[in-house]
Amino acid sequence: MTESAGPPTMTERADTPLPQGLEVARRELAEHDHLPIVFEIGDLSAYYGDFRAVREVTLDVRQHEITALIGPSGCGKTTVLRCLNRMNDLIPGARTEGTLNYHGVPLYGSGIDPVEVRRRIGMVFQKPNPFPKSVYDNVAYGPRLFGIKKRAQLDEVVETSLHKAALWDEVKDRMKDSAMGLSGGQQQRLCIARAIATDPEVVLMDEPCSALDPIATARIEDLMQEIKEEFTIVIVTHNMQQAARVSDATAFFSTEVNPESDRRTGRLVEFDRTETIFSNPSDERTENYITGRFG
Amino acid sequence: MALTTIGSSSEAAVEASVAAALSGRRADVRGRAFELGLLASLLVCLILLGVLIASVLADGLPVYGDRGWEFLDGGLSRRPDEAGISQGLIGSMWIAVAVVVIAFPMGIGAAVYLEEYAPRNRITAFIELNIRNLAGVPSVVYGLLGLAIFVEAMSGFAGAEGVARRTLLAGGVTLAVLVLPIVIITTAEAIRAVPQSLREGAFGAGATRWEVIRTVVLPYAAPGIFTGALLSIARAVGEAAPLIVVGAITGFSSLGVGLNPGNVLDPSALPERFTAMPAVITAWAKLPNDEFNRINTAGAIIGMLVFVVLINAIAIVLRNHFEKKRTV
Repeated sequence: MTESAGPPTMTERADTPLPQGLEVARRELAEHDHLPIVFEIGDLSAYYGDFRAVREVTLDVRQHEITALIGPSGCGKTTVLRCLNRMNDLIPGARTEGTLNYHGVPLYGSGIDPVEVRRRIGMVFQKPNPFPKSVYDNVAYGPRLFGIKKRAQLDEVVETSLHKAALWDEVKDRMKDSAMGLSGGQQQRLCIARAIATDPEVVLMDEPCSALDPIATARIEDLMQEIKEEFTIVIVTHNMQQAARVSDATAFFSTEVNPESDRRTGRLVEFDRTETIFSNPSDERTENYITGRFG
Repeated sequence: MALTTIGSSSEAAVEASVAAALSGRRADVRGRAFELGLLASLLVCLILLGVLIASVLADGLPVYGDRGWEFLDGGLSRRPDEAGISQGLIGSMWIAVAVVVIAFPMGIGAAVYLEEYAPRNRITAFIELNIRNLAGVPSVVYGLLGLAIFVEAMSGFAGAEGVARRTLLAGGVTLAVLVLPIVIITTAEAIRAVPQSLREGAFGAGATRWEVIRTVVLPYAAPGIFTGALLSIARAVGEAAPLIVVGAITGFSSLGVGLNPGNVLDPSALPERFTAMPAVITAWAKLPNDEFNRINTAGAIIGMLVFVVLINAIAIVLRNHFEKKRTV
């Protein structure tokens, strides 16, 4: 890059290897952190048909940590998240390249059943999407699929999950009421309860607070801190303050435009401990983004 | 602020000028004309419908006043004062049953496959287009299909010969096939209306494709599926052309007369010759004597209308039931 005559163009930058700072940060990360790795992502690219949505993603997700994926719109952070439980399989033409291991097992390996993956890696979506059923039936949905039929057992799972999702006190007298009658924040916590009712190891959250007001957002953030003792959380967020507040590690994504096809491809810029990303980022683009100069 | 700079300085003057500017006095002629045109279209439709119903009631109600149950209970008779519509009602009921038993499972199944399992490509787009076209094929063509396949081939295969092949079963299957495309289209549309976010929620909770369809897609789409399916019954029950081609009895018959539970629910009528309400009405309307072509025909029309309205009422009740379940 330094050898080229003019300032580097976007394509040139796209073809250069990973920023050096990233490798250094990863080594430091490994030294400072003894938690087991849940997801090992190496040079991951995700495609929709011919379109490469995101490229060269390399990061580790560690157990009982909250890993935040941040970046401007279209940078591929949601795509990466949806690869982690193979939710992207639902989109025709979606595929991945590179390494994506879950406890050492390639998630996109042959013989991997996406249904089994999603039972261990739950998901909470951007827009609260409770089923048009009762509060109880929403939380009992997953356990019922797994064959829990006894009422007492279901009752227990539902109550525990709602406690964990900090929703029990608000809905304990409304278990038979429609989930559609809850407020937006309650609906999102219900969706969290639904996701953890199947006792997954990982909970993926795709901008879980973007449709909520600040008070509901704060409740969800508190909730994430509480449940991270039990679960590993990966969260996509537009909100940098949110990432700074809740996460232990942060991955910053950015977009680059391919001038030939005029298409945007997302790319991981920097992955590090959250303190480092927000206080002393090693990449200029990260600094520009978190200080609000870009994005 | 901008208004005060127009020129006047006193508040009263500003107020007056603003009031003058805001009180529009232009008559919106085109808008009014358009509105009146819309109203006129609605009125014409209502008047036509009103005239139709009034004339049918005026001609037909006396039949029920004079003969009442006897008219419902009677059969295809040569004598207008003995003729009744029991065979027609029973035939139409079995046609409705055939639609429920054949067209519903096949149509809903085909739609679920098309929407949830089939890959989105040119072949499926082509298939969908053709199903839409099939829904527009004139019903008499389906009658010919029924004649060729269900009367000539299948009933013949079952051992019947000659006119004995023109069975209630053949007629019912023909009309079930006639409404099959309608069931597929309405079901597919109801399934398409299920929010993708609900499907994702179910997949995200670890459901298999079948579990997603069973627990989320079908319950959510049920009201739409039911509405379409039951309207398709009303369509099948009202079709006359295929019945005539397939060979419903339009003359005089004593087969299965009498409107009683033993007759109505007896499935042994299926391999027999049959008639149905539209065939009865068509036949009577062609007869020369006034008692048949005016009075009895109108009476039969009332009978069929009530039958169809009953089916629609069931459809509405069922739809409301499932809609309520959907929001709970």
